[in-house]
Amino acid sequence: MTLINTLFGQGKNKLDSRQQPGQKTLPFVAILVISTLLACGANLLLPESSALYVSTHTITLLGKYLCYAMLALAVDIIWGYCGILSLGHGAFFALGGYAMGMYLMRQIGDRGVYGDPVLPDFMVFLDWKTLPWFWQGMDQFWFAILMAVVIPGLLAFIFGWLAFRSRVTGVYLSIMTQALTYALLLAFFRNEMGFGGNNGLTDFKEILGFDLQADSTRVSLFAITAFLLAVIFIISQYLMNSRMGKVILAIRDGESRARFIGYRTERYKVWLFVYSAIIAGIAGALYVPQVGIINPGEFSPINSIEIVIWVAVGGRGTLIGAIIGALIINYAKTRFTALFPEAWLFALGGLFVLVTLYLPKGLMGLWETIQAKINKPVPEAKDEMKTGVSS
Amino acid sequence: MKQFQNLIYGLIACFSFAFFSVYAVANDSQSAKAKSDTELLVALTQVKLKQMNPLLDQIKSSQAQTALPIFKTLLEGRLYYVRSGKHLIQMQKIGKEKHYFELESATALPHLTKKLVKKVKLNNSVRRYLRSAIAELELSHPDAKIRAAALQSLLSNLETNLQVTIEKRRALETDNKVIDLLDVALNLYQLKQSESAALQIKAIEQLASRLEIPVKNQLTTVAETSPDPAVKQAAFDALKEIEHSTNRYELVDQLFFGLSLGSVLLLASIGLAITFGVMGVINMAHGEMIMLGAYTTYVVQLLMPNHIDYSLWVAIPAAFMVSGLMGVIIERGVIRHLHGRPLETLLATFGISLILQQLVRSVFSPLNRQVFSPSWMTGSLEINPILSLTLNRLYILAFALIVFFALLTLLRKTSLGLNVRAVSQNRNMAKAMGVKTGWVDAMTFGLGSGIAGIAGVALSQLTNVGPNLGQAYIIDSFMVVVFGGVGNLFGTLVAAFSLGIATKFLEPVTGAVLAAIIVLVFIILFIQKRPKGLFPQKGRAAE
Amino acid sequence: MSQNNANQFSDLKRFEAKLNAPFQAIRSGLRRDQVWPFLLPDESKVNIDKDILLYIEGLNLSFDGFKALNELNLYINKGELRCLIGANGAGKSTLMDVITGKTQCDSGQVFFGQNIDLLKQDEASIANLGIGRKFQKPTVFEQQSVFDNLELSLKANKSVLPTLWAKLTPLQLDKIQHVLSIIGLSKQAYQLAGALSHGQKQWLEIGMLLVSEPRLLLVDEPVAGMTPQETERTAELLTSLAGERTVIVVEHDMEFVRSIANKVTVLHQGSVLAEGSMQEVQSNPEVIEVYLGEEAATPTPPATKKTISAPNISKVSLINNKEEKA
Repeated sequence: MTLINTLFGQGKNKLDSRQQPGQKTLPFVAILVISTLLACGANLLLPESSALYVSTHTITLLGKYLCYAMLALAVDIIWGYCGILSLGHGAFFALGGYAMGMYLMRQIGDRGVYGDPVLPDFMVFLDWKTLPWFWQGMDQFWFAILMAVVIPGLLAFIFGWLAFRSRVTGVYLSIMTQALTYALLLAFFRNEMGFGGNNGLTDFKEILGFDLQADSTRVSLFAITAFLLAVIFIISQYLMNSRMGKVILAIRDGESRARFIGYRTERYKVWLFVYSAIIAGIAGALYVPQVGIINPGEFSPINSIEIVIWVAVGGRGTLIGAIIGALIINYAKTRFTALFPEAWLFALGGLFVLVTLYLPKGLMGLWETIQAKINKPVPEAKDEMKTGVSS
Repeated sequence: MKQFQNLIYGLIACFSFAFFSVYAVANDSQSAKAKSDTELLVALTQVKLKQMNPLLDQIKSSQAQTALPIFKTLLEGRLYYVRSGKHLIQMQKIGKEKHYFELESATALPHLTKKLVKKVKLNNSVRRYLRSAIAELELSHPDAKIRAAALQSLLSNLETNLQVTIEKRRALETDNKVIDLLDVALNLYQLKQSESAALQIKAIEQLASRLEIPVKNQLTTVAETSPDPAVKQAAFDALKEIEHSTNRYELVDQLFFGLSLGSVLLLASIGLAITFGVMGVINMAHGEMIMLGAYTTYVVQLLMPNHIDYSLWVAIPAAFMVSGLMGVIIERGVIRHLHGRPLETLLATFGISLILQQLVRSVFSPLNRQVFSPSWMTGSLEINPILSLTLNRLYILAFALIVFFALLTLLRKTSLGLNVRAVSQNRNMAKAMGVKTGWVDAMTFGLGSGIAGIAGVALSQLTNVGPNLGQAYIIDSFMVVVFGGVGNLFGTLVAAFSLGIATKFLEPVTGAVLAAIIVLVFIILFIQKRPKGLFPQKGRAAE
Repeated sequence: MSQNNANQFSDLKRFEAKLNAPFQAIRSGLRRDQVWPFLLPDESKVNIDKDILLYIEGLNLSFDGFKALNELNLYINKGELRCLIGANGAGKSTLMDVITGKTQCDSGQVFFGQNIDLLKQDEASIANLGIGRKFQKPTVFEQQSVFDNLELSLKANKSVLPTLWAKLTPLQLDKIQHVLSIIGLSKQAYQLAGALSHGQKQWLEIGMLLVSEPRLLLVDEPVAGMTPQETERTAELLTSLAGERTVIVVEHDMEFVRSIANKVTVLHQGSVLAEGSMQEVQSNPEVIEVYLGEEAATPTPPATKKTISAPNISKVSLINNKEEKA
């Protein structure tokens, strides 16, 4: 019931309506669903000569962006709503991706270069005789999916439990998360780890028996990604509108105060962190079959920081903002790197500086300001974002 | 045409001969000897292999100084002569091509081709002779270092015919180190040749304190093969003792490498200890300040290619200025506006780091650049066969400590230091007292960044200079500062060295990558346990 | 033989008992006349047979050599309204910090009722025991509406999952509306708390205390920034709460203290200097000596403190602006 309420954004009465401004769920979900259907239809039904035809390449690209959007959502939940700046979410994304990659690797079977029915090529190359224990069971789709969720979640739980319980906060925590992903980066680069070392996992053939190169598979993957994004969006929206969401905001703005009211803030933080990591893991698992490769580069700290900038540009603390930010910046990146590859890092770096200096609330904040000005020139509410937190 | 060329070379040879003659006339007293020397050398090109050894013997006894390089060249198969004129030259392979040079002056002779020259032939008997002759010559070389080095290399392949030479030398020798080595050699002979078990055991006992690898090998053979159980036991005990001291020195060696890594970490993190620790500003572009320092060194060396030895002395202040200035610009332009918003500062400075990296990539290319080491920094300090400390690491260790204590003095004794501490403890109060907080912020940040630049100069002597240089150090330096306790410079010192040593002691066990991971994980866990680091600041003010 | 038999028999009995134990446990767990212990609200675990709600004994705490609390002993009766007064640095706020778990003390004991050692609990569980606190500086959640601030403070199960599924019951809604009207913020219910004035934030803090229905209220400078009328209302509110709940008030405004307190404790340098009614305390020679002595020692006139409501500098101005904080 409440879920439906959330979806349609209507409360029973004024007191019960807990919608936050600018957080309409339905329009967003509708736009997402309709544009997904249109894109799929345009690819499958229209002839290639049609002006409205959407190429499979574009579909894959869009699917990739949606994965990034999901990742941005994960970071926004933990940063925008709870004030925990994670510089290591790329690690959860990559772990989810590796779980899926392992499944896809096992699906290759004896079609690899060395033709070994069980061992992936790189293991044959390294002269391994048996499959390592952590590769067991990864040939089952359900198990791989489970791992894509469980492993990031478990890592987040252990890390979060240790960190939040000892009240590591703020910049320290950010640096710790960065160190975490850095450590994983180093680890996954090692051949001995059994994840393909430097090259990672690639050359995938099929997923659940469907050819990964086929148009229909690609379109389906895209549609599934869009669907899951919508689902996660709705769940997250529900979460943030529930009392738990309020507690989380309270933790962001005054953690010790929340504790004095009686909330065990560290538990909230741990579970939110786990939730966020799981979303990142799912995003990673969806990303790998569409892009066709997963390698340790995904763990590099700069990737994780890039996610943060998507959220910052879009507007943290608003779920839609994170998604919009991810889409816009990644589109810009695709364009930019094709036109002036040299300039992209300049642009990205400049974006970091400009957004933090002049657009602390991102595009969504800008949009709200504009809207407010158009509607009625009300004197703005006092805007003390961080008074409680940054002491 | 060819004959014509030959003629010319012949003429050249004649001229050079004439030159020698003139030289000989000029030095009347030596003329006869010089002449005979030259003749001997010419004879080298004509003599048959069977008569080679006596001829070489003659050369050896007549001219000890010049013989050594000739012998060495000959042994290496690089001694050639010009067909016409029988003039000796040396050949050197560069890549796959053979190039020819004058024997003594090493000036290039580009006109010579393969057809015009011929190799001086030699066989195994000559080689054997040459080896002992070279050893003999080197053993009587006036420079004690060369004598010692020659002995070191002799030990691994002691030939019986050298024993007499060594015994003779032992009687004459004055240098202690060489005497020790000579004793080792003699003891090894004793061990190998003596029939008496008592003498063998005595030799073994004296060898037990030596760390040279041939000694160990010889003892191992004796311990395995000797028919006499007493000798066997003695060799076994000696080996144990050697093992023991080898381990000890290897430990010292590891410690040195740990200290060296620690000094690098210290250099990389002192600047951060100021900007992050004292000012509380998160500067993710700190690594790029280090990188700028390294590139400044590179540019300085480009500007003064003939004075590489002095380049570092120019580079240190230059790097300090470049990075410091960049730091001031960043502080005034960006960080100032983000005061009290640490997470935003982190993001903005990260953006700056991306820009700086790309800038360097665009200006200097994405490839690594070569920075030369001045000659006084190359080489190593050899303490014994196991332990040798490379000079560049020693210098950097010392340099890191100097920078650290200089900075400590600066912060404790100068008015800038007082202001910095005042501002870091209570900004508003300091402002009220008339401290120009803006100026102090800029200067402090400039100082921290400048020191990062200096660190870059030092790092350029150890690692490749490339656009990603800084990134490699940023996480490590944050770890050091956090581990040591934010705002505590001594904590940074202790943390840097303990992490450096820990890493180097882990490496042999786990491998480099795993060691890095273990250390990272350890720090993560440590910070969970003690969020304020090793040496936290106490009291209400710190909260 | 028979003994052997008996042995066997008792063995059998023991075995049977062992077998039965889990069933017994289940059975006792299913009894309808009892509530599972973990479902009991923390509060009901408090044992106050002796009518004393809070025992503080031999409390010591020092910051870098500065003794903030020095062998402090204090007993608060159930239903009492107690005022704590004392100069800055006398240890009033520090004492509250220790009670609520914000600060760890060096030695001493703090017991809630007879059976709960507060020093072993963390902030959240102390709060859930029914100890509410209003801070000196109003700390409300500025990014959330007044209503949300109150909803967060409601007395409810505050673990993660129950909070996730929590919905406002009509009773709770009524409670919030009631409190809103008490604190006079009904109209501002959907405003962001950050947009409130200082005095309104004070009221909101008090409101947050009220909805949480605590057993013990620790109120730190409640009337700073309030108008005289509001001060009066606060006094009324606090006196009306006493009896059912226990209230400890820290306040510098002597007029206000006089108007509400029947028992006053004077803290000085981290320990109790005097205790009794306002009259008794005011005429206590020690108190006079300490305050007047200090006043004589500091030539500067006693400046008004953070209190904006300046009109009530009392005859015996106990406020001293000496900066003793470390």
